[in-house]
Amino acid sequence: MNRLLKEYPQEVEKTLAKYPLEQKRSAVMPLLYLAQRDKMHIDRQDMIDVAEICGITETEVKAIAGFYTLYHEEPGGKIRVQVCTDIACALRGADEFYAHLCERLGVEDGGTTPDGAVTVEQVKCLAACHNVPVFQVQNADGLTYYENQSVESALEIIEKLRQGESQEEAA
Amino acid sequence: MSHILLRHRDIPDINKLDVYLANGGFSAFRKVVTGMDKQAVVDEVKKSGLRGRGGAGFPTGLKWSFIDNNSWPHYVVANADESEPGTFKDREIMEQNPFQFLEGVAIASYAVGANAAYVYLRGEFWQQAHFLDECIAEMEKAGFLGDNLFDTDYSLRIYTHLGAGAYICGEETALLESLEGKRGQPRLRPPFPPSVGLYGKPTIVNNVETLTNVPPIIERGADWYRTFGTEKSPGVKIFSLSGNVEKPGNYELPLGTTFRELIFTHGGGIPNGRGVKAIMPAGASSSVIVATDEALDTPMDYEQVQNVGSVLGSASVIVIDDSYSMEWVVNKTLHFFKHESCGKCTPCREGTYWMLNISNRIHQGRGSAQDVDLLYDVAKQIQSKCLCALGEFSTMAVVTGIERFRTDFDSQGQSTPAEG
Repeated sequence: MNRLLKEYPQEVEKTLAKYPLEQKRSAVMPLLYLAQRDKMHIDRQDMIDVAEICGITETEVKAIAGFYTLYHEEPGGKIRVQVCTDIACALRGADEFYAHLCERLGVEDGGTTPDGAVTVEQVKCLAACHNVPVFQVQNADGLTYYENQSVESALEIIEKLRQGESQEEAA
Repeated sequence: MSHILLRHRDIPDINKLDVYLANGGFSAFRKVVTGMDKQAVVDEVKKSGLRGRGGAGFPTGLKWSFIDNNSWPHYVVANADESEPGTFKDREIMEQNPFQFLEGVAIASYAVGANAAYVYLRGEFWQQAHFLDECIAEMEKAGFLGDNLFDTDYSLRIYTHLGAGAYICGEETALLESLEGKRGQPRLRPPFPPSVGLYGKPTIVNNVETLTNVPPIIERGADWYRTFGTEKSPGVKIFSLSGNVEKPGNYELPLGTTFRELIFTHGGGIPNGRGVKAIMPAGASSSVIVATDEALDTPMDYEQVQNVGSVLGSASVIVIDDSYSMEWVVNKTLHFFKHESCGKCTPCREGTYWMLNISNRIHQGRGSAQDVDLLYDVAKQIQSKCLCALGEFSTMAVVTGIERFRTDFDSQGQSTPAEG
């Protein structure tokens, strides 16, 4: 049975209600977010499930998942730390912040911590150019911005999120 | 002067419905639905001279008047994809003054006969989308959205839709494709959205800041609005100031304010005793302005920024001090455009790839003597050949960076042929 319909029947219904009856395809992006929520990546079965609800082919869903950067087809950390290193942030030290953060976490650019919990990556402008350094965290809760950070405060936030994640898994 | 758009800076908690209502909220929407003809609303906005704040500066009322009345239903789509590097104004509006923006969406919808409107937010604005959902629910409860509004036969619903990380979706036809559940790739135009838009129906796409201007224009009139700004660029604009300034942030100022006033009076000047070298007034898509006295004294409006060889765009003013090399700046912008090119048209897809490739060679000191000319040449060949503005934008900093700061590129060093 379709996992999304089984696990999130209300969310699916609420999402479809936003669009005209004959335009179910519009729900593909919100449904991909829903499919990604638990494991923070999208696998083939998810695409089949989304395709079934939207009335399009699995290939079409894959083309969409591959186009947008916030959908992940490769498994990574359940906590994705995404640091803006674009031009406006870089003028205020974002490249150095990112390099130090990676170093302290012991990961390469775009890498995942040895315990598999945290993936750290560079992203393009987040529309927070006045509050540098800035990063967003993408996890099961959605996306959260953390602005005016230091490497120390960032590490603290990441540690808290990591603990929350491991508690959830234990439970 | 009190704020017209960033009203939360004068009125605390205006992002709560009761506070917004206590300060005249939704009286403009009530006024148009209960007492104004659709055409009269369009005419008032036309008369105000309001121009699109997303970057293109197209007259808003004129755009509304293009809606095709032989094809139904109609849609309004608010462009909240705010992704131009250096731009962060729409985010502040949606977080702090969301009801004025949503009232603007509602008035625009009434003016073009739309009963459904979508707010398309970039995927990163997850929190803002959920906040807007709450605001929309409150408006429904209070009778500002739904059926038979103010006891008339007019009905309206507003929905949010989240993107998922793609700069191109700020281009209005790519945005519509994305909203239809497709890859965000621009459409061939014409037809333009007011004829064939969302689901093939007439659609008006307006930027968040543009729509936020509409309630005060209706409330206080086009003539009042025209007392701000210049003759051809009336009104106020939110300037997003970033880069090497003491006080980066959003500043709501009349159009026609000079770069000098923005950067030095409001932005507190350049830190660390540095001088200002260059200005990118339209984010990463800018032609780079050499920060001469003449440039600093140029009024920022849609016409006069062109006199110093650039455009106002979305007024995302990135300031670059004299410790930076333009070669590095150009390399940064190329990383951005290479990543964001949607891949649909060849000049942009291949061009951004090759420009970044050559720029990386120069940046890493592996370039040959001809590489700067080659980079310039590739950029020139992309110009005027792309399906949408993204490809064009990708060349602006390259061409003007090399033309105006050539020594920054030549001094980057060259490799021996064996290494290249």
